[in-house]
Amino acid sequence: MISLSILEAGLVNGLLTGGVYALIALGLTLIYGVLHIVNFAHGSLLMVAMFGGWMLVEWAHLDPYAALPLMIVVMFAIGWGLYAGVIGRISGGDDRRILLATLGVAIVLDNLALVLFTGDTRTIETPYQFAVIEAGPLLLSVPKLISFGVAIVLALLLWAFMARTDMGRAIRAVAREPDGARLVGIRPGRIFALAYGIGIACLGAAACLLLPTFYVSPQVGNVFVLTAFTIVVLGGMGSFPGAVVGGLLIGVTESLGGLFLGESLGPIGISLVFILVLLFRPTGLFRAAR
Amino acid sequence: MTEPLLSVRGLHAGYGPFQVLHGIDLDVHPGEIVAVLGANGVGKTTLNRTLSGLLAPSAGTIRFDGADLTRADHAAIVRAGLIHVPEGRRVFPNLSVRDNLLLGAYARGRADRGATLERVLTIFPRLRERLAQHAGSMSGGEQQMLAIGRGLMGQPRLLILDEPSLGLSPRLTEDLFSLIATLHQDGLSILLVEQNVVQSLAIARRAFVIEHGHVALSAAAAQLTEDPRLRAAYLGL
Repeated sequence: MISLSILEAGLVNGLLTGGVYALIALGLTLIYGVLHIVNFAHGSLLMVAMFGGWMLVEWAHLDPYAALPLMIVVMFAIGWGLYAGVIGRISGGDDRRILLATLGVAIVLDNLALVLFTGDTRTIETPYQFAVIEAGPLLLSVPKLISFGVAIVLALLLWAFMARTDMGRAIRAVAREPDGARLVGIRPGRIFALAYGIGIACLGAAACLLLPTFYVSPQVGNVFVLTAFTIVVLGGMGSFPGAVVGGLLIGVTESLGGLFLGESLGPIGISLVFILVLLFRPTGLFRAAR
Repeated sequence: MTEPLLSVRGLHAGYGPFQVLHGIDLDVHPGEIVAVLGANGVGKTTLNRTLSGLLAPSAGTIRFDGADLTRADHAAIVRAGLIHVPEGRRVFPNLSVRDNLLLGAYARGRADRGATLERVLTIFPRLRERLAQHAGSMSGGEQQMLAIGRGLMGQPRLLILDEPSLGLSPRLTEDLFSLIATLHQDGLSILLVEQNVVQSLAIARRAFVIEHGHVALSAAAAQLTEDPRLRAAYLGL
């Protein structure tokens, strides 16, 4: 019999992990909402961001949290450049070709990482990676608390950006009514690159939040990307609140699944929740605000 | 006569091998309402799409306010003050009325945007009541008001209205035409593309009749209204 305190610990631990999941899924759902495609390069770009963060920590001796703002900027630039230089150019506006272009980018990045870094698994060391805070009966991991807090703050900032700024309004406008957007002087191509850049910038932040508690390898993106796809569909494709709530829900499910079924069978819980949501709410938890 | 605000010469445009416009000549002078009339499929919408830069012309020139806009892109055209309120409204259904209006000033930026918004809301008190509502949940008439309001937010020097009365009830259509007349009295130049011939001619000063992608007739609106032969030949009235 599993005691209540272990259950509580599993619940809280899952919530804390879910913050980063939400951040990764937010980037994916933003790109989906605007470009109407699933970004197949999402996992690979998360891997790139994690190697970027790893290099800043190992070679420039930065703290991963100090590297975070820098990686947001770097990943935004990479995302923007990828869309403006490669994906947008190849696609010519055709959704299916955008899809294939992101898949191509993923294959190139994965293999480039294998060549440059080999298949080895790397980790960083920080003084606080095993630090815990006592909260009543619970022991909370400090890096996970930080990652949860930062992820939620960034999600709120992104929401404010989309709701309150002209660029955010333009992103939402182009998603549904590109011709109407052109007629007020919005250039859709630029907005697409901007949205892709922001979606990828989320990965820069997520990578730095993961580094203290996770490893880096050329395949690391696969660990998260399937979960992120699940969250986006579960939350409602293109929905911001859906990505956040879905991320937290999947974090908790994964953690409790591991608790009850063990590490290897635990992920069944995610699939189970996913199937249940699709059965009873095929559009996802939140109707996409598109 | 003053220098025309908009001057179109020999405009050709179309979609790939399908040329729709075969040499359109058209002028709008400052402060004028000019009606563009013609049956469905003669190229009125193509003309508007070309004027607003959504479609590149294959030949001819577009001059606006002394500048050559023939090759200008849609954003530069909006910034110059040539603003197109499209057929089918094209409002942003997933955005609030307020966000729709604010985006109308996207090309101009934030300077005096608040004052412009206040002016537009004074013209359309209905929109003020619904600022927080999603545009997609409004009626067709309200969406048309919003589309025009969004156009006005860009502080147009010339407003192109493409089939604004399409899908509106006779009463709303009447309101719409009196609104257009009011905007004109405030000094706005308007290019009015309409199937509603009688009401368009009542408020327009001049009219162009388009047939098969060229201007079949250009005349004073009063002349078109009064001459039974012209009415029969060009407007089927």
